[in-house]
Amino acid sequence: MKYDLSQIQGWSEKIEIIAHRAGLDYYPQEFELVNYEDMLSYEAYIGMPSRYPHWSFGKSYEKLKTLYQYNLTGLPYEMVINSDPCIAYLMKDNTLLLQILTIAHVYGHNDFFKNNRLFTEETEAEYTLEMFKSHARTIKSFINDPSIGYEKVERILDAAHALKLQTPRVAGEKKRSQEDLKKSLMEDYYQKASQRSILEPYREEMPPDINKIPLQPEEDLLLFIIKYGKLEDWENSILEIVRSETRYFIPQIETKVMNEGWASFWHYEILKELDLPSALYLEFIKRHNEVVRPITGQLNPYYLGFEMIKDLMRVHGKEKIFEVRACERDESFLRRYLTQELCQKLNLFEYVKKENEYFVENVPDDDGWKSIRNTLCKFVGMSGVPLIQATDFSAKDGTLTLEHVFDGRELEKTYAEQTLKYIADIWKRKVVLKTKINNTEQQILAITGDI
Amino acid sequence: MAIFRDLNPIEHDRSVEDRRRHRQLVEKSIKKNLADIISEESIIGESKNKKIKIPIRGLKEYQFIYGNNSSGVSSGSGNEKRGDKIGSAEKRSGKGNQGAGDQEGEDIYETEVTIEDVINYLFEDLDLPDFDKNKLSEIISQSSKKKSGYQRKGIPPRLAKKRSMVEKIKRRQSMKKTQREEHLEEENTGRVPFIEDDLRYQRIKETKERESNAVVLCIMDVSGSMDQIRKYLARSFFFLLHQFIKIKYFDVEIIFIAHSTTAMEVSEKEFFHKGESGGTYISSGYKKALEIIEQRYSPEKWNIYAFHVSDGENWEQDNNEAVKYAKALCSLCNLFAFAEVMPSPYYKGSLIKIFSDEIKADNYTVVSIVNKEDLWPSLKKILKKEYEAG
Repeated sequence: MKYDLSQIQGWSEKIEIIAHRAGLDYYPQEFELVNYEDMLSYEAYIGMPSRYPHWSFGKSYEKLKTLYQYNLTGLPYEMVINSDPCIAYLMKDNTLLLQILTIAHVYGHNDFFKNNRLFTEETEAEYTLEMFKSHARTIKSFINDPSIGYEKVERILDAAHALKLQTPRVAGEKKRSQEDLKKSLMEDYYQKASQRSILEPYREEMPPDINKIPLQPEEDLLLFIIKYGKLEDWENSILEIVRSETRYFIPQIETKVMNEGWASFWHYEILKELDLPSALYLEFIKRHNEVVRPITGQLNPYYLGFEMIKDLMRVHGKEKIFEVRACERDESFLRRYLTQELCQKLNLFEYVKKENEYFVENVPDDDGWKSIRNTLCKFVGMSGVPLIQATDFSAKDGTLTLEHVFDGRELEKTYAEQTLKYIADIWKRKVVLKTKINNTEQQILAITGDI
Repeated sequence: MAIFRDLNPIEHDRSVEDRRRHRQLVEKSIKKNLADIISEESIIGESKNKKIKIPIRGLKEYQFIYGNNSSGVSSGSGNEKRGDKIGSAEKRSGKGNQGAGDQEGEDIYETEVTIEDVINYLFEDLDLPDFDKNKLSEIISQSSKKKSGYQRKGIPPRLAKKRSMVEKIKRRQSMKKTQREEHLEEENTGRVPFIEDDLRYQRIKETKERESNAVVLCIMDVSGSMDQIRKYLARSFFFLLHQFIKIKYFDVEIIFIAHSTTAMEVSEKEFFHKGESGGTYISSGYKKALEIIEQRYSPEKWNIYAFHVSDGENWEQDNNEAVKYAKALCSLCNLFAFAEVMPSPYYKGSLIKIFSDEIKADNYTVVSIVNKEDLWPSLKKILKKEYEAG
């Protein structure tokens, strides 16, 4: 470091004053300065100071390291976690300007964590660190238990990781109780049976099977397995741990574009007001443009989000952007506020894959821009994860039937088959997945012991 | 007011354990797939650096993801027109959403290993005591004598005439120079004779060369009963043995001998692809091998390896001949191995039995390969033999 801590602190104070004046509302902020290796570690463990052991974190570490080594991706400037107080890691090797930019950026994220609906409804920021720590402790205790051990734990974790994104995807959704569901199913039936039109031929309405499991298709697969599977308590508690950690990450998955756009918008606004010396100012403009630059052939969420917030600010004013950051998630945000002008400005286009080659399908003219927007909405956040529901649990042989809710997008077959093996492994009975490939109904099957 | 903490580097690298486990799983996965790799790749004769794609099972983090027919959105230059081709699936990296971009990078580093890696894994899997492949390549064969500089003493046949002449001229010149410096009248010395000091002899250095030449004789039965599957196994078998021998020697030549009732030296392509019909005289293959050794590969200069693959069918009247020539091969070769692939159930007179009964040479071994899973244990057996033999 060619500067000392007090310099960063000085800038940070100024930043905080501007952020506060601008109306940002954030948790108390804590910064930790770490070196390159520790940064890699934090990144591999998604920022958490303690997590349970699993090889996938080792893999992610190796991968990050390889990517950095061959310069395939830039070094991270910061890592910030949604917790109260908000903790962010700054990398010591960065220049002073990068630290300043990052600090301002972090305040943007911090405000977003504290105010966006998804985060406030789905996560409990004050318990974040404690939650991860206690999960790590629990899983380590299973590993150290001589009757369980590392390999058995790993096997359950592997399966749980395969299923971790198959969870309810609507924030703040309330679950109806089984009794409630049964009652309403019966009501539906009575209504249908009694209000038959005399003009229609008589058709006997079958009473619903209220003992069916599940009564309604269930998308929370881990929960389903915990409830109806034959796992031991410790195994179930591992599934529950993975499930609740996913719940913590879902708001971040669901708001990637907005969150980065919001933070980039604020670091830009704040640094403009900071009275930076001209050398720093030039570096600021350069770095900022690197962060929010378009990447041809890809879609940089920083770029998309930044341009959209900027546009909203220009058209609707400050109050509007604060409202948007509180209520929306990426899908609704894009659907509502990605206009044709923006599509044109950002040179967005839609492509399709035909026999291993990609073709431009739509450009942002009058006919095409809506399709571009809709396709984009289909891929952001949890919409990019196929929806798989448990539809039947056979009372006879225990077979679990899953159905892929087909929306025109096919499942990757090898991945589906392998994932199914993991499910069969913890379900301990036969598992069937119904899906559509090449426009024909297909069933993929897995039995326990396949792995 | 934000709190700043300048953290000292974390002393215990917490990712160590997870990384170790990850690497362990990668290797495990490769080893698990070795049987498939070695029997499925048609890689004989390929360069060492060829990348083999290995599907590494446990290492992908499988989840339900979208596959092939998907579309996406990305930023462009603004000049795109409907219907423009923008690339093919292999080259594209990003697909608009964060997930897809990552996967390709994953594939690069997870699934490709070089043949050398595979061989290393094979060695590891062999689990031979004190097995060190570097040691193997230090076997010293014959020594050669090379001229290397000059020396003052020596035997007359090594007299270096030119060099001695130079020494004499040097001496004469310095003599003249001294005379000039001392202002002595230049005596006409006339002819300066050679003296003992002028004489130089060639210095001969004995160099020990590492054993460098080996020839692998691949003998295969190509009679009608050797079908594609058998040839496939044979091919993998030859290839792997060749790889091992390549580690031990610098220069390895391969000879392909195809035989039915008569034998012929053929090219690699013909060897694996040309089908023949008719019966089998195994002895013809051996005879051809002996011929080739005699003509081109003297056992004094070459390390000879002979591998013979057959389905085990032979005309009975040829058996005695075959045993005789096999014994002859044993006496010339470093190692001679006979592999019987997928013996036909209709054929009773097992060659393996006859061979193992009749031939007792230390450097001789027989294996039986019924399916591709047997390939690996068979190789182990042969290589152990080679190891024991030194």
